[in-house]
Amino acid sequence: MSTPVNVDVKLGINKFNVDEHHPHIIVKSQPDMQVMALLTKACPAGLYKQQEDGSVRFDYAGCLECGTCRILGLGTALEKWEYPRGTFGIEYRYG
Amino acid sequence: MSEDVFDAIIVGAGLAGSVAALVLAREGAQVLLIERGNSAGAKNMTGGRMYAHSLERIIPGFAEHAPVERLITHEKLSFLTETRAMTVDYHNGDAPKSGEVSYSVLRSKFDAWLMEQAENAGAQCITGIRVDKLVLKDGKVAGVEADGDVLEAKAVILADGVNSLLAEQLGMTKPVAAENVAVGVKELIELPKELLQNRFNLQGKEGTAWLFAGAPTDGLMGGGFLYTNDTTLSLGLVCGLHHLKEAKKSVPQMLEDFKKHPLVAPLIAGGKMIEYGAHVVPEAGLRMQTELVRDGVLIAGDAAGMCMNLGFTIRGMDLAISSGEAAAKTLLGAMQRDDFSKQSLSEYLTLLEDGPLRDMKMYQKMPAFLDNPRMFTQYPEMAIGIASELFTINGKPPVPLRKNILKHAKKVGFINLIKDGIKGVTAL
Repeated sequence: MSTPVNVDVKLGINKFNVDEHHPHIIVKSQPDMQVMALLTKACPAGLYKQQEDGSVRFDYAGCLECGTCRILGLGTALEKWEYPRGTFGIEYRYG
Repeated sequence: MSEDVFDAIIVGAGLAGSVAALVLAREGAQVLLIERGNSAGAKNMTGGRMYAHSLERIIPGFAEHAPVERLITHEKLSFLTETRAMTVDYHNGDAPKSGEVSYSVLRSKFDAWLMEQAENAGAQCITGIRVDKLVLKDGKVAGVEADGDVLEAKAVILADGVNSLLAEQLGMTKPVAAENVAVGVKELIELPKELLQNRFNLQGKEGTAWLFAGAPTDGLMGGGFLYTNDTTLSLGLVCGLHHLKEAKKSVPQMLEDFKKHPLVAPLIAGGKMIEYGAHVVPEAGLRMQTELVRDGVLIAGDAAGMCMNLGFTIRGMDLAISSGEAAAKTLLGAMQRDDFSKQSLSEYLTLLEDGPLRDMKMYQKMPAFLDNPRMFTQYPEMAIGIASELFTINGKPPVPLRKNILKHAKKVGFINLIKDGIKGVTAL
């Protein structure tokens, strides 16, 4: 009865102001793959996507700035995690 | 000191930050409130329900003017397996007593309103600015730096949220540990008002708060929630971060499956999702608190771990408001003494002891008690198992109730029941 969720469709409804030139989260060049696998499950926005070749692709656009990946992966999988610059990022219209 | 030194700079215009700014500005303090979102609330999300008592003390009768959604009069608590549910339902039809009520709220509207109250009281509020770091002078916090500009203050209140990067920079808090927090995800689902009220049996401004344990988080620590707003439902779930390794499905998938549960699906049928949000929730109470005061700086709200989850009630916003008020009162005292040292600001801890910390201390064993897989798998199954036999008639010889209960209790194990029972009693 479980249908695979499409988070991108949900994110498409939200209001974002993406800071195109300044990623606020950067994945390490050699991330811990176990942690990356955990992030594919944990990220509420589904921004860590398992690829067919086993690698994990990440895109910071669509980030809800919750900090889950920072808590689980800063230092092991992530090189940098900061809040987007002022005015950028998610803008909740309801919250 | 130069003329441009503020009495207080507050980082973050959430509930703690805006309340602190309001209380300080009312007494004539020079206050600057800085928010990184385009407006107050733009970065904030709640389940959510706010217990009114603490804001009621600061702004009596606030709900008559503030954008609250519904007055919570219906409380439900459901245990779920994949296809079944057992629900406890409580309805309060008394005339609402101010100071005892709670409201469903949406933070984008509510926080903007609250910041406006601070602004009307004389606080300077700027939005769309991210504070990058704190400025130290002789080891004391003396202001903030944003976009390369330095702004000076006699003291800074950090109300910058659960991931307080600034408190971490100072070394006042350690990086947030996975076992101390949970991740919450939520869909906001729009329904025609009349349909919503009929579906939930609500009159006028009445509202429902509904918590779900068991299946929503796939048996992991956490649970589902549903709050009725004016014309929307807040539907979501919260899952402890340190258990996600064992999760068989992703967090967004948990929410998707929760929506399909036979108890939940009819509640949201015909609704339209209008926002999808996520936020980290402090869960560990006192366990995650470290230093809240240093020379020239105080920490309030989620950044200070101001949250209490007892399973049946979840508090955060009311505690954030109390802590913002306590921080402001402390600074007003410090201004009179003209002393912003750690010792002077330690009055903050005394004030917290009469409010949030008192409550959190009383229930300090609760997070450890709830962090027990039996709470989210075997107990919901036991309750539903007993109910299922109670309500099933199939022509076979009936089983006496005591045997029915014993059979299902045995599955959990009597020793476990006794252990958890004792722990539960002492935690409460």
